[in-house]
Amino acid sequence: MTHWIVNVDKGTCIGSAVCVGTAPGRFALDDRQRSGPVATEIAPDEAVRDAAASCPVEAISLLDADTGAPVDLD
Amino acid sequence: MTMQDSPIKFPPAVDERHGQPVAEFRALAGNRPVVWVELPDGSTAWLVIGYEEVRQVLVDQRFSRAAAVAPGRSLQGTEMFAAGSINGIDPPEHTRLRRLVASAFTARRVEALRPRVTSIVDRLIDALLDGRQPADLVSGFSLPLPVQVICEMLGVPADDMEQFHTWSDTVMGDWERDSDIIMPALLDMYGYFARLIELKRAQPADDLMTALIAARDQSDRLTEEELTMLGCTLLLGGHETTANQISLSLLVLLDHPAELARLRADPGLIPGAVEELMRYVPLGFGLPPARMATQDVRLGDLTISAGEVVLPLFAAANRDPSAFSDSDRFDVRRAPANHLAFGAGVHHCLGAQLARLELQEAFLGLICRVPGLRLAGPANELRFKPGMAIRSLCELPVSWDEQ
Repeated sequence: MTHWIVNVDKGTCIGSAVCVGTAPGRFALDDRQRSGPVATEIAPDEAVRDAAASCPVEAISLLDADTGAPVDLD
Repeated sequence: MTMQDSPIKFPPAVDERHGQPVAEFRALAGNRPVVWVELPDGSTAWLVIGYEEVRQVLVDQRFSRAAAVAPGRSLQGTEMFAAGSINGIDPPEHTRLRRLVASAFTARRVEALRPRVTSIVDRLIDALLDGRQPADLVSGFSLPLPVQVICEMLGVPADDMEQFHTWSDTVMGDWERDSDIIMPALLDMYGYFARLIELKRAQPADDLMTALIAARDQSDRLTEEELTMLGCTLLLGGHETTANQISLSLLVLLDHPAELARLRADPGLIPGAVEELMRYVPLGFGLPPARMATQDVRLGDLTISAGEVVLPLFAAANRDPSAFSDSDRFDVRRAPANHLAFGAGVHHCLGAQLARLELQEAFLGLICRVPGLRLAGPANELRFKPGMAIRSLCELPVSWDEQ
């Protein structure tokens, strides 16, 4: 069973919190209002894929833990 | 902290010139971040004015947009339009629609439009400088800039822009007073988009409406009605807000000459100044977009019960002294990274990056190319359109130094 590695580039994040609302429990804002994953390695989750695809600054990356390849966001 | 004995009437009868009297709410509320208010229909709600609390309401999915605008609820103003749009639904339905348009509005895609936006700004300023003084900046600059940009993105022909503005102006107007003209305007706009969609089906182009039509026809990711409403919403959302943000921001800059001089001396400060203008200028008017608690939720030191309505007041959050030091002072060097002018959470303004780009290029043009730009009359004689959902200037007469 493959896993995804979730990463948020905090330098790119603008704190829109679209991801926090789109995938509840998967992302949280820090005290500077920048997002990060609650858990970095997760089972595939469509809500997390939606959050990555909806990020206004494309700050969220999803990688396949086995291959290291980017997860298709479509 | 004591509970309020009775609700404060909201929204208050105030002058569009000043926006929501945020400091007054704060004082009336005894500095509570959440205030009990009575709305015009007699119902009560919680007005949220603290920064952290506004952010929580926007991000926490237990506060539902869909429940707040559900059939049977007494809706006012543009909330009636929002109820049928992407602004009136929650995940997962919201996510499906948002994903279809999100990629067109990312920072990267928007940045690619910068040369085009710069050239529209330059052409508008050329026409302004070639024309007579005083000139109306609303009709000659603030409005045509965002209208042209969003029309080009969507693929709406330039010849139809004027008609669109008329519809938008009507739809964003006073729903209490003018509901008999607003519904026909909405239907006309809806009908226009339905015809435009047929046209683009027959003649696909490199634009957002064509891309959305493909999402419907090739992969059935949205209904025909959703497609048509999305067109209306993107067009409406894309211009009245930006146009007035440009005009009202210029008023603030002209009212703070030392800050304006800083930007003239160092245009590199403009992107940060745009963020400060977004924070400082209250754009919304009347009732903010409501949310309804779907279960009991702790908010500040209150418990909001399931079924109660909360109204997040963005303008108040942006002036909260606990989030922004010396919060009522306008300072272009503050460059705030966390203001809430675009909202937050799943309904965070889709066009935020585009609005930023347009504002940056607008002020780069106005500040660097129009020498001695100033109001052509007293600021207190400026007229606002009555009853609008956002503060909307009728005209902004300006003059400048002839070269």
